[in-house]
Amino acid sequence: MADAVHTPSTPTPEPGPAPAGAEGAPRARRPGAGRPPLRHRLGDYWYAWAMIAPVVAVITVIIGWPLVRGVYLSLTDADESNVERRIGVNTIEATYEFVGLENYKDILTDNTFWDRLGWTVLWTVACVGITFCIGLGLANMLNRAFRGRTLYRMALILPWAIPAFVSIFAWRMLFNERNGILNGMLEKGGIEGIAWLSDPTWAKIAVIGVNVWLGVPFMLIAMLGALQSIPAEQYEAAEMDGANPWQRFRNITLPGVRPVAMTVVLLSTIWTFNMFPVIFLLTRGGPAGSTDILVTEAYRLAFIASPRDFASSAAWGVLILLLLVLFAIAYRRALRRQGEVW
Amino acid sequence: MRRSIGTTAVLAALAVAATACGGDDGGDGGGNGGGSSSEGDGKLSGTVTYWDTSNETEAAVFQAVAEEFADEHPGVTVDYVNVGFDDAQNRFKNAAGANEAPDVMRTEVAWVADFASLGYLYPLDDTAALDNQDDFLDEPWASTQYDGQTWAVPQVTDTLALFYNKELLAEAGVEVPESLDQIRQDADAYEAVGTVPLYVRGDDPYWFFPFLYGEGGDLVDADAERVTIDDEAGVAAFEQMNDLIESGAAITDTSDGWENMMSGFAGGDVAMMINGPWAIADATEALGDNLGVAPVPAGSQAQGSPLGGWNYGIYAGTPDAEASMEFVKYMSSAETQARITEELSLLPTRESVYAEPAVEANEMVQFFKPAVDVAHERPWIPQAQSLFEPLRISIESMLTGSASPQEAAQDTGNTYRDLLEDWS
Repeated sequence: MADAVHTPSTPTPEPGPAPAGAEGAPRARRPGAGRPPLRHRLGDYWYAWAMIAPVVAVITVIIGWPLVRGVYLSLTDADESNVERRIGVNTIEATYEFVGLENYKDILTDNTFWDRLGWTVLWTVACVGITFCIGLGLANMLNRAFRGRTLYRMALILPWAIPAFVSIFAWRMLFNERNGILNGMLEKGGIEGIAWLSDPTWAKIAVIGVNVWLGVPFMLIAMLGALQSIPAEQYEAAEMDGANPWQRFRNITLPGVRPVAMTVVLLSTIWTFNMFPVIFLLTRGGPAGSTDILVTEAYRLAFIASPRDFASSAAWGVLILLLLVLFAIAYRRALRRQGEVW
Repeated sequence: MRRSIGTTAVLAALAVAATACGGDDGGDGGGNGGGSSSEGDGKLSGTVTYWDTSNETEAAVFQAVAEEFADEHPGVTVDYVNVGFDDAQNRFKNAAGANEAPDVMRTEVAWVADFASLGYLYPLDDTAALDNQDDFLDEPWASTQYDGQTWAVPQVTDTLALFYNKELLAEAGVEVPESLDQIRQDADAYEAVGTVPLYVRGDDPYWFFPFLYGEGGDLVDADAERVTIDDEAGVAAFEQMNDLIESGAAITDTSDGWENMMSGFAGGDVAMMINGPWAIADATEALGDNLGVAPVPAGSQAQGSPLGGWNYGIYAGTPDAEASMEFVKYMSSAETQARITEELSLLPTRESVYAEPAVEANEMVQFFKPAVDVAHERPWIPQAQSLFEPLRISIESMLTGSASPQEAAQDTGNTYRDLLEDWS
C-alpha cells in the first residue's frame, strides 16, 4: 500500500498533497535523475517525516531503550545489590561488571531451560490449535441467521469481558481438589475426584483448558469477521455445482478466512508463548515447576531469590525474544512460499 | 512563577501555624494516652505511609491503631495500606528501588537482613524508634540485627503449634498427641469417627519446619556456612512427611493449602492442623470452645517449631524520618502491644506486656508464650527468604511422586549451594 502511494522514483510535476504555502512552490528537481537525493526526498515529504517523528521518538524511548538496556544487562553480572539505586536522597553507584556471554552459557547448559522450552512449545501449539478449531467451529455456527443469535454471541464473548485474573481465580476454585465443584460433580457421579492442580499431567491439562476458555472469544470474533467477508454468491455458485457442505467448507470457507486466520494465529502464538497470568495465577508453575513456561520460570529466577538476579532474567528475556523473532520470520517465509502477500 | 512562590510561602506559613497548634493538642493527647508523648511532639508533622501485611481479620485492628496515631498527632497524616503478605517482599523491593517505598513497612522477621543488606532500611540504633529496648524479648530482637546494627523493631512474635478439635479427639477416645508416631498409631481411632487425623501443608514450606526440627535437622548452619538440609536428619524429615501422607495419617494439597486446611478443620474433616497465632481468631470463630492448642508433635529426635513474627522497618529514604520513628515507637509500645494482644491474641514482643493482667489471662498467650521461648530461631541471613522456594518445589516433587524423599532433600541442598556461594 505504502509503495503504491509513495513513489519517489518518478517525480511527479504536480505539487501533490503538500500543504498550501508550506514551503512555497515545489522545489526544482533535476529532470531525469532516477532517485532524488535524500535532501530532496526529505524536502518533498518533510511533513510526513514530521508527522511520524513523535511516534518514532516515543517508540525509541519506551521500547528501544529498554531493549538495548536489557540486552546490555544480560551481558553483565548485574543484580539487585550492585545496580545503581536511589534510596531517598542517596544514590548508590553501579558496581556490576561486563561478563560477556556467561549468562547465556549457564542458561543453555542447564536442563531447566530445555525442559521449560519443550513444555512451552507444547503448551503454545495445544492452546493455539484447540482455540483456533473451537473458534472457527463456533464462528461457522454463528454465521447464519437463527433465533437468539445475538444472545449466543453475547454468551460466547462473555469470558473476554471478564478480567482474566477473575476468570482464573474462579477456575482455581472450580479445580480445587477438596472443595471444588468439578470434583464434587465427579464424586456425585461415582467417579473418584481428580487432583486437578496437584498432578503434573492434570495441571497441564487444566492450564491449557483455562487458556482456551480465555482465548476462544477473540478467535471467534476474528473468524466471524473473516467469514462475513466471504461473498454469499460463492456459496450459491458452489451449491449449484453440487458441492457438498464439506467441499464448500474446504474450498470456499478455508481459503476465504485464510488471510485473517494467518494473522490471528501468529498473534495468538506470540501471546500464548508469553501467557504469564494463566500459569502464574492458576498453578504458580506447580506442581514442582511442571507447568512453568519460559516466562514464569524467568520471573521465578529474577524475583523470588534474593538478591534478585537482573542479569540472568534479562538473558532469559533476550532468549525468549529471539525465539519469537525466529518463529515470526519462519512463519512469514512459510506464508510467502504459499503465495500470501505479507 | 513569582505568584506561585508567594502562594507557597503563605501556605507554608499557614502549615507551620497549623502544626504548631496541632502540636500542642498532640502533646496533651500523647500525655494522656501515655506511650507516644515525646519532646519532639511540638513540631511533629508529615505523612507516614504504613504498609501492613496482616490478614483480613487482623487488618481492621492494625488500621484502627495506626490511625489513632494520627489523631494524637494532628500534624501527621497516616496513610494505611494493606499489602498481601505473599508478594509484600517483592512490592517493597520494587518500590524501594524506584524510591517510592512506604515510610514504614511491616516486615517478616526473615526479610530484615535481606532489606538491610540491600540498603533499603534506616539504621535505628540510638533513634527515637527504639524505646526501652531492653524490654524486648531476646529471640524477636535477634531478628532485627544485621551486621552489628539494628534495622527494625519487633511487632509480634509467633511460632507454630498443634490446633486440635477437642470434641473429635474425645469421640475417637485418643489423647492429644505428643509425637507423630502417636498420631500414626491412633489413625484407626480417628478413622472410626470419620475424620483424618492431621492436615499437612504441602504448598508452603514454612510448615515443614516442625518435621525438620523434629528430626534434629535444619536448613543451613549459618555459623559454619554449611548447607544441612540434605544431611541424614534432613532426609529423615522429608521421609517423615511423606510417610504421614502415604500412611493416611495426614492429608495434603500442593495448591490452595490454606483454604483447604482451614475449611477442613472448621468442618471436622480433619481433627488437627499445625498453625500459628494468626489463625487463632479464625479457628475460634469456627470451633469456639472446641479449639485446643498444644505443642507441635515431636519427630523421632526432638520437638521443635520455627520462630516467626513481624517487625517494623523504616525505609532508608523516608522524607519524614522523625514522624516515622515516632510512629514505630508508638506501634511497638507496651500499650499498643497489649491492645493488639487483647483483640487478636497475637503475641507481644515486650517482656513487660506479658505482666499485664489482660494479657496474662489470655489463654492463647498462656499457651504460646512458653512455645515461643523454646522456638527455633531461623538463620537471620539476607538469603533466608530465598531458601523457601527451592524447598517448596522439592516438597511438591515428593508429594506428587516425581522424587523420593532422598532426591527431594538432595535437590534442595544443591539449589542452596548455588544460592549461597562458597558454602559447603
